[in-house]
Order: sequence, then structure tokens, then C-alpha cells
Amino acid sequence: MANDALSSSGKPIVLKDVSRVWGETVAVDALSIEIPAGSFTALLGPSGCGKSTTLRMIAGLERVSDGQILIGGEDVTGKPSSKRDLSMVFQSYALFPHLSVAENIIFGLKVRRVSRAERDQRLKKVADLLGLSLLLERKPGQLSGGQQQRVALGRAIIGEKPICLMDEPLSNLDAKLRHEMRLEIRSLQQQLGFTMVYVTHDQVEAITMADQVVLLNKGQLEQAAKPRDLYEKPASPFAARFIGTPPMNLFPANAFKKLCTAPDFQLGVRPEAMRFEDGGPVSASIRAVEYLGADILADCVVAETAFQVRLPTTRPVSPGENIELGFDPDALHVFDADTGRRRDDLVPEFGSLLRS
Amino acid sequence: MRSFKLRRDWIHGWLLLLPALVFLFAFTHIPAVTTLINSFFSTPRGRRPSKFIGLDNYERMINDPVFWKVLWNNLWFAIGTIPVSVALAIVMALWVNEKLAGRSFVRMAYFTPTVLPLIAVANIWMFFYTPGFGLFDQITGALFGWPASNYLGNPDTALNAIIVVTVWKEAGFFMIFYLAALQAIPVSLKEAAQIEGAGRWTIFWRITFPLLMPTTLFVCVNAVINSFRLVDHIFILTDGGPDNASALLLFYIYEVAFRFWETAYGATLTVALLILLSLLAIGQFFFFDRKVHYK
Repeated sequence: MANDALSSSGKPIVLKDVSRVWGETVAVDALSIEIPAGSFTALLGPSGCGKSTTLRMIAGLERVSDGQILIGGEDVTGKPSSKRDLSMVFQSYALFPHLSVAENIIFGLKVRRVSRAERDQRLKKVADLLGLSLLLERKPGQLSGGQQQRVALGRAIIGEKPICLMDEPLSNLDAKLRHEMRLEIRSLQQQLGFTMVYVTHDQVEAITMADQVVLLNKGQLEQAAKPRDLYEKPASPFAARFIGTPPMNLFPANAFKKLCTAPDFQLGVRPEAMRFEDGGPVSASIRAVEYLGADILADCVVAETAFQVRLPTTRPVSPGENIELGFDPDALHVFDADTGRRRDDLVPEFGSLLRS
Repeated sequence: MRSFKLRRDWIHGWLLLLPALVFLFAFTHIPAVTTLINSFFSTPRGRRPSKFIGLDNYERMINDPVFWKVLWNNLWFAIGTIPVSVALAIVMALWVNEKLAGRSFVRMAYFTPTVLPLIAVANIWMFFYTPGFGLFDQITGALFGWPASNYLGNPDTALNAIIVVTVWKEAGFFMIFYLAALQAIPVSLKEAAQIEGAGRWTIFWRITFPLLMPTTLFVCVNAVINSFRLVDHIFILTDGGPDNASALLLFYIYEVAFRFWETAYGATLTVALLILLSLLAIGQFFFFDRKVHYK
């Protein structure tokens, strides 16, 4: 589906120490992010972490309390939305209920007084691209959720803006449709080449779609990295537990007999990185077993610390059983218990101590 | 057995409906039908009972210059009050819908004229209009040095003076409906339009105003009915004068029926008013229906 008429080259976005404060509440706290041109960046975090506020500040819908926002190298902190040259898809889609699908999509072009011929031409392109050609005369109320979503997408891309912002656009769709739209949005972004900032609380969406995931927690930046790095090298215990299902297991260092000399560290191992190993470093007792079909998820306890482990179905296990588990040395994550930062320098040391 | 049970249900049903039916018939349907019947009879006087006179009353109405005068007045009254009060209501609602200091106080202030009885309001306004030392004369006299003017006593200005009072009275009432409608419009629609580059003006005309259309229809129907219905202040301010310059149709009906006791002719005028009102209401629904978007 090459589409040379519909394309836009992205612009980079830079946030410098951006804060948003309401009275006593700090929604976003000195956040600095760099979003490269043409990239797909996901703002990820639990609800209330400030990701939507951040997006709305980039959009110009929310005032910035402190700091700077640069789009394409230009300071836009004080500029209204209309001067920022971007488009946005809202969680509720925000389609104009009294306008037809076609009028909704070309709303922005009409406002900017684009000629009728060009409007019609672009509308046709967008409608073909999104499969809306037969629905153009309908009102939004006569469309299904997925179709409304497409109309909102159409309205966002017809302007060929260098930046597109999306605020949890898939949260109102059912699981199957969400999967389809995920692929569609991703391919649309790659085809058209705009910079995408995508807010979500769903780690699967962020990991599968984004080039860069910005993980936020309580208004602060937890980690900004490629999805793979976020999974393989989480910068903090929060990042480690937020990414991956089930989340990473965290143990205090003294949960292992061989490490009782180093109490100030947290050790992390992913449930899927653990395996049966006679004489392995972790001897745990099983409390509960969940059969998932492809594998088994076992709730275990070691030294009063509960954790989960993903085991193959080949060896049956039952609650109350004692098992010995091991893992590869590089599957170990070490976090400083005080600062919460990742300590890669200590991984070989702890690894060899556990093996000894 | 079954039919007996059905009959009991049937009786219960009617008994439950009875209170409402009695009042509805006693105060709405029977008077309306009686009015229609009376309009074809002569007015009973003393020992002369009323007798059927066919369309004579209607003929009299068509040849009655006062009827045409008050109808014409009513038309001007409607044209003068409806657009202005609706426009004012929208502007006020937009204003008090914004985040501004003392918002609830302003809202209350706008709504006060609606709460006050029209008779009391008319008395206050009479003082405003008093020639010489009324509020308006004092202001125009001090600012422009205009001579004292009798707004209510001059046939050219009497109706306009009443229009001003009515607009003042009604705009706040309509504002409440617009305010409720504005608050039902999701903020994200406005934000989406902003992102697309629309200014305040465009957002109002392309988004807000069309979405307010159901309210506008409702308010317009009410305003039209009110323009024929609200006559209380005329009794206080002008009593229809001078020379019927400020008399409206309903006021004329009152005069004919209860001052001159020409009840049959009063009934005829009432039928004319009812027909006019129904035509207007139906016409409005048809006119607006194409333009109104209902959720």
C-alpha cells in the first residue's frame, strides 16, 4: 500500500525538566525525555503516573508549570495547540456527533481552508487506506467502536502532520479488535513516517508497538529504553515488576543462604528464566500450581519470600512439594536496595557466589 | 373466572388513572371543547339565553380592527423578544460556563429575574420607566441631557418598553437550559477541534452551536408560547394602552371576556389563539427537525 501523496516526515520532541503541579499535587515532576523524529514512543505507566498529563502538555491542552517543550528544535512551551502542528487521537475518539464521517475527517482541512479539490482527493486516500469508503455519509453514532476508532485515526492522519499523539486509543475496544488495531496503527505510522507519542497503561501495547518505551512512575521518569532493553535490563525494581507477565521475582539478597553477607541488595529473576536444577541455588516449596496449557505457573516460597516460576508441563509438580531451581548467571538482575538503581557490576560476583 | 379477574384488573387500572383523568378533563379538555362550542353561540345576557349563530363571531373577529392590531403587536413582540433573549441566553451561558471567579454568584444573578414574580418585576420596571425621575430618564438626562420621556405612555415606545422587560425576564431562564446543554458536551470535542486548529469562533459555530440545537428548538418553542402567554406585566405597566399600542392577543382576550363580559367573542378569540399556537409549534418542529442533531 505505497501511498506517496499521504506522507509526513516526523519532527523530534524534547521535554526539558517539564513539571505540572496542581496546588500540592505534583502530576509530572521534572520530566526530561527525547523523542526522535519518526519514532514510535510509548508513554507507559500505571494509572495516575502522569502519562496522560505529559501527552496533554505536548499537545498544548495542559499548561506547563515548569520546564520547556521543544518540537523540531523550536520552543513551543507557550504556544496554543493549533500552532504546534500536530494531531491527536483521544481515548473517547472525540468525534463530532453531528457531523458525518467525511466531515469529521476533513474538519481540520476545512478549518485551514484547504481547497475543495484537495480535500476530496485526500479524503479519498485516507478513506481507502482505513477502509472507510462505504461509511463516509454515516454519523459517528451509527458506527461500531472499531469504525469510530478508524475515523479518529483518519482525522489524525489526513492533515499529514509531523507528529501524532494518541491517548490510550485502544482501551475501548475488545481484545481481538485491539490486536488488529495495534498492527494497523503501527504499520500506518511506519508507512507515513510521522513521530508517534502513544500513551498506554498496557505493557503489551507498549512493548509490541513502540521503538522506545518511556516508563513513568509517580510523575517521574523510571526508564526510557527500547522494549527489549526494558525487558532485559530494567533500570529499577519498579521497571522490573511492571514489564513482563507474570512480573519479575524480587528477592532480598539474604533469601539465599550463600548471599547472607550482602543484605543491601535486591535480586531479580524472571519466572520464565528459572528451571529445574538439582542442587540449584534456590530450594523452594510449592504453594500453588496453575496449569496454563503450554506451561505451568507455580507459586513458590523461599525464605518467606513468595515468587512465581514458569515450569514445563513435562514434570508434574504439586503443592507442598520441595523443588530445587536454577537459572543462567546472566538472567540475574541486581538492584541497590537503597537507591533502587540497577547494579550490573555486581551480577558476575553474585552469580558466582550463588554457583559456588 | 378468568374474565372476572380481567375485569377486576381493568377496574383497578381505571381507578388508578381516575385522579389524573379527572383533573386533565376538568381543567384542560372540557374547557377547550366548551370554548370551541361557545365560539359558535351568542353571549347570554340577562334573560336572553345564548343561541347558535354559526360563524358570526368569526366574521366579527375578522372585521375587528383591534384584533388585527393586537395580532400585529404580538408579532412584533415575538420578533423583538425571541431572538434577543435566546442570543443573550447563549452568550450568558457561554460566559458562566467558563472558569471565572464568583461563577455561582453570576449564575444566580442571571437566574434571579426568573424567580421573581412578573408582577413584582413589572412594578420595579415601572419605576425605571417613570418620566422625569425614573432610572432611564436620570441616566439619559445626566449623560446626554435628553428631556424627560414617557416610554410607557407613548404609543411608539410602549411596546418596545415591554419587550425590554420581557427579554430581561426570559434570558436568564433560557440560560439555565443552555448551561445544562453546554455541560453535557464533552470537553474532548472542544480539545479535538483546538488540535485541528480551530479558533474559539469556529469551535462555537461548527461544534458548540450545532450541538446546542436540540436545546435551541426547545427554548424557541417555549419562547414562542411565552410570547403569547406572558401578559402579567402589561396589566401593571401599560394596561394595554395607549390606544392598544401595547396590547397583546391574550391581553385582549382577557379584556373582551372578563372586562366587557363578551364571553362568546372571547371564546372565538381563544380558538384563534389556540390554532395559531399549534400551527407555530408544528411549524417549528418541521423547520428545525432537519437541522437538529439528537444524540
